Amino acid sequence: MTLTQKFLGAAATLALTAGAALADPAIIFDLGGKFDKSFNESGFNGAERWAAETGGTYLEIELQSDAQREQALRRFAEVGANPIVTMGFQMTSVIEQVAPDYPDTKFVNIDGWANLPNVQTISFAEHEGSYLVGMLAAMKSETGTISFVGGMDIPLIRKFACGYAQGAAAVNADITVIANMTGTTPAAWNDPVKGSELTRAQMSQGSDVVFAAAGSTGLGVLQTAADEGILSIGVDANQNYLHPGSVLTSMLKRVDVAVYNAMMAGDALETGFFGLGVAEEGVGYALDEHNAGLVTDDMVAQVEAAKAAIIAGTLSVHDYSSDDTCPVLNF
Amino acid sequence: MDFLSILQIFDSGTRLATPLLFACLAGLFSERAGIFDIGLEAKILVSAFLAAAVATQTGSVWLGLIAGVSASVVFSGIHGLASITFRGNQLISGVALNFLASGLTVLIGQAWFGLGGRTPGLKPAERFLPLELPFAESLSGVPVFGPIYKELISGHTLLVYVGLLMVPLSWFILYRTRFGLRLRAVGENPAAVDTAGISVVKLRYSSMLIAGILCGLAGVYLSTGLGAGFGKEMSAGRGYIALAALIFAKWRPWYALGATFLFGLLEAIANRYQNIDLGGFIVPVQFMQALPYILTVIILAGFIGSAIPPRAGGQPYVKER
Repeated sequence: MTLTQKFLGAAATLALTAGAALADPAIIFDLGGKFDKSFNESGFNGAERWAAETGGTYLEIELQSDAQREQALRRFAEVGANPIVTMGFQMTSVIEQVAPDYPDTKFVNIDGWANLPNVQTISFAEHEGSYLVGMLAAMKSETGTISFVGGMDIPLIRKFACGYAQGAAAVNADITVIANMTGTTPAAWNDPVKGSELTRAQMSQGSDVVFAAAGSTGLGVLQTAADEGILSIGVDANQNYLHPGSVLTSMLKRVDVAVYNAMMAGDALETGFFGLGVAEEGVGYALDEHNAGLVTDDMVAQVEAAKAAIIAGTLSVHDYSSDDTCPVLNF
Repeated sequence: MDFLSILQIFDSGTRLATPLLFACLAGLFSERAGIFDIGLEAKILVSAFLAAAVATQTGSVWLGLIAGVSASVVFSGIHGLASITFRGNQLISGVALNFLASGLTVLIGQAWFGLGGRTPGLKPAERFLPLELPFAESLSGVPVFGPIYKELISGHTLLVYVGLLMVPLSWFILYRTRFGLRLRAVGENPAAVDTAGISVVKLRYSSMLIAGILCGLAGVYLSTGLGAGFGKEMSAGRGYIALAALIFAKWRPWYALGATFLFGLLEAIANRYQNIDLGGFIVPVQFMQALPYILTVIILAGFIGSAIPPRAGGQPYVKER
């Protein structure tokens, strides 16, 4: 080995250790975009909170196309980011390919199912949170018909719809629940015009409360509901402020907490499967000054009772993704 | 299915068909003058973006309308410059504009509003709101006609009515005016037009201007009429569907109305009846959503007879070889 090679090798080692020592966390936002006022934005808020509290910096990328997934993940792993937080189930298959190549890097996959030694997979009990908002919807509905607008037609979104329908049926056994999906491709997360038309179609079938679990498409749903004077329910982040007096509540999915915790843990991140349900405050419903006039104390009392029953284990909400069927709703 | 839900589906179909109609007529003018316009999608997108952005900044939907249409006209101008003046390949220019619009709207939107390429939601004054036509309420009691008037004819935004008016207007311009005759001739045989002492370049540029304005209206309607604000890629392929409708309509204004309305209606049906139950057999929603595209293929495969494009379409005009 010549001297030059030795120097080069030493320099390379130094560069690598320097990179590892930095170990900034990284976050990959999915196609919905960082500011979707929903799932991805919630993750962004968690990352920002971490940055504000620790003074640290993090790496980020907003994916523009499916083809970028692996490239982005590998790039972050190469520059030594740790942990790498990925938003959404669509990253799972990519993580399954990439994670084994970087055993010293910890990956976090929210809403996924990757089962690898260096991956933390976080799933939320969306069916439980949806159950609670479904109860509120049924209590508030005057027509006896409520509806649901999903984004891309995948088991995860059906899980929302199924929990919602169960909650509604628990309050009013005769209630009609209309469930529609925006599409079957990732573009379904980004089509507010279609969301708006679906809402109108559901209204003309009698619905007076609509729950949107559809990323940016949901903004069109909430807008139309406000225009036409019916109630809507937001998703993931607290969307009550978007149309005060029209958004009944929001089904909270505390993605921000999950991201914040992962970044806080840093290299000491525990891997494996973590489920966040009502009991862990991972899902819930939003009450604030914007919907105070819409939700009465009596309604809150009933929902809180159901929440306590879920935590105690006396009430179990059927999870669509467990067996791909829903007892109260036909898709 | 009762009478009222049929009306509601037609109502929704009308709303969804309007952006397609504007874009289809834009393509009609452009292609009749011999310029293929793959870039309809791009023009819809830039005008939707600028209309929403300017409307939210100034608080006036009319300024938004002007801004949106201007943006579309500028894009039309670029396409004209590439394909008329510099005699470039029209398809490549159109595709390039599509990419440009897709990236540019998000980039500027992010720099301007910091909302990931979206504009803030528009307030009522910044949008085209539905117009209630006179007597809609008082006539609603009249059987058959009352509900048709109230549900279907009344209650659309101004741009929907403008779109419907554009159809006879386009027909008149193309088939009953000297300008229209020359425009059609320049798409069939530019050399003959040139021999008659009429400027091919000027005619083609004016067709691009008209296409720009019409396509601009499609975009403005999308972000300030149908929606309330711009979201990235919100045109969602409508420019391409308009192109398909144009072929389907055999490059004729009245047929364009029929074709775009059919596509709008199919989308409305797919929205309303996601799973159609045909006595034991359930038509899945995926089929309903794919139906417009399947139909295009079937129809183009021979059901409408031959659709013959303007003969000089796609070829830059060269005076002398």
